[in-house]
Amino acid sequence: MYFGFQDISIAYGGRTVLERVNLPFEKGKITAIIGPNGCGKSSLLKTVSRVVSPVSGQVIFEDRPIEDYPPRELAKKIAYLPQVHTSPADIDIRTLVSYGRYPYKRFGAGLTAEDRQIVDEALELTGLGQMGGRLLNNLSGGEKQRAWIAMTICQQPKILLLDEPITYLDVGYQVEVLELIRKLGEQLKITIGMVLHDMNFTARYAHRIYVLKDRRVCGCGKPDEIIRQEVMERVFGIGAQIHTDEKNGCPFLIPEKLCKASKGESSHSFL
Amino acid sequence: MDTKKATKSRSCGKKMLAILFLAAACAVSTLVSLCVGTVSYSFGESLRALVDPDSAARLIVWNVRLPRILCGGMVGVCLSLAGCILQGVMRNHLASPSTIGVTSGASFMGYLTLVAFPQYARLLPAAAIFGSFATTLLIYFLAYEKGVSPVKMILSGMAVSAVFGACNDLIRTFFSDHLANAASFLVGTLNGCVWSNFSMILPYMAAGIFVCFFLPAKMNLLMLGDEMANSLGLRTERFRLFLIAAASLLSGASVAVAGLISFVGLIVPHIARLIVGSDYRFLFPASIFLGYALVVLCDTVGRVILPVGNLSVSIVLSFIGAPFFLYLLRKKDAA
Repeated sequence: MYFGFQDISIAYGGRTVLERVNLPFEKGKITAIIGPNGCGKSSLLKTVSRVVSPVSGQVIFEDRPIEDYPPRELAKKIAYLPQVHTSPADIDIRTLVSYGRYPYKRFGAGLTAEDRQIVDEALELTGLGQMGGRLLNNLSGGEKQRAWIAMTICQQPKILLLDEPITYLDVGYQVEVLELIRKLGEQLKITIGMVLHDMNFTARYAHRIYVLKDRRVCGCGKPDEIIRQEVMERVFGIGAQIHTDEKNGCPFLIPEKLCKASKGESSHSFL
Repeated sequence: MDTKKATKSRSCGKKMLAILFLAAACAVSTLVSLCVGTVSYSFGESLRALVDPDSAARLIVWNVRLPRILCGGMVGVCLSLAGCILQGVMRNHLASPSTIGVTSGASFMGYLTLVAFPQYARLLPAAAIFGSFATTLLIYFLAYEKGVSPVKMILSGMAVSAVFGACNDLIRTFFSDHLANAASFLVGTLNGCVWSNFSMILPYMAAGIFVCFFLPAKMNLLMLGDEMANSLGLRTERFRLFLIAAASLLSGASVAVAGLISFVGLIVPHIARLIVGSDYRFLFPASIFLGYALVVLCDTVGRVILPVGNLSVSIVLSFIGAPFFLYLLRKKDAA
């Protein structure tokens, strides 16, 4: 396996959140993970940063479990951006982005000329080229998110995982950030995985979608195989109209009403 | 491109300038402190006394004032660095060696050593360091819950320091005869600091300060949260433990020489942060110089105000430091 989650089970205080989840990623593609709140999507991604350790199973990168890689080596392969970011109040963009070079830093050394160039390139790529000296806290939500993404790019990763990258943004910034993520995937050949809540954006930007519900992967496929009436009913308990977005060539969903009948436990695989 | 680089380098230069200024403040405070006191000397006289063993001022300047200044300065450096580190580890600006009870744990172990093993008085620093390490670990685990919760940290710190304070009182009540030479231990004073005190704690302090040169890059990552720091390749749990050990080394050593001096560890990192920002590459050097200058100046003020008996440095620190700190906080809120 190039990259993916293998047989992962996660439990918090005796409550099983995920049970033997297999979730391989396709190299060079964008994979989205969707599912109801609390289904364990974020926990799954957290296993990569080793903040959550799975009860069983492993995260695989290039056929080896990630525990086999020293932490800094791993940080050069896999970058992860959590949903909620904390940072000191007075940090400027360039400083934040340069932290992405940490895995490459020699002990006690500062930034090299090469590091600086990579930081510059990451700033250009994310459209922050002119703003390196500005304080992170003075930025708009979209610019902030771009700065964090620029930091992960400085890790020069093969894999980029993002936990709900557009959740706190208005629709303009949502499009901006997702376009950026798609561009990075194409230009830098990065394999991307993200947790998303917006079905229409998922349909438009993901090559492949996994559905998590009731501790398991209960569906996977291309957008037009997942964004369908019966799937939405089973997973989210909603009725929906599905149209086709001709311009973008992807399904388009209009949620309609709550289906009471389907709110119960339903853990059947439907694909 | 050019304008961006200019703003960046200017702010960097400003920070360096501020640090240089603080370093100069250290030199000035040392010099002033050498000159003033019950007997006053001119700058020239005191400087001559430092190099010339036969000068008239030698006895007071070299044997009394210099070791006291150096001890005080080092204590300031250690407490401020420990404060910086603990505020980073707990990711909380209320943390400091005194607010979370670390110094009271250290002084308890110090007392215990003096009472139970008076023949091993040289082990005092080691005991105090051990005491502060154990206390920090205890508070860290008591307050830990997906990161350290500030309220729990302060509350458990208060509880722990109350227990150790009571133990200290007990020891002083029942073993007062054992503690004749160690009266300064709880008051927080630099009275009676001589060269032997300085050489006793120098190795511990030097080790602690040396370690701090290697921390800034990692401390900066830790500020981004455990998840982010981990995925950037830092082993956060291991690094935290290392930091706690370093902070204990620093605060334990300073308790061993000057007893309980509060406030330095809390306010110096804050003031330094207001001056140079929260980047640890600048924060550490700024705290080092600021801590040194602040303690030396406050001790000097204490010696001048009350020439006989000396006002203890911690009293002066509280009277000068606390209002100044409040002023800074108000000013920052207004801005």
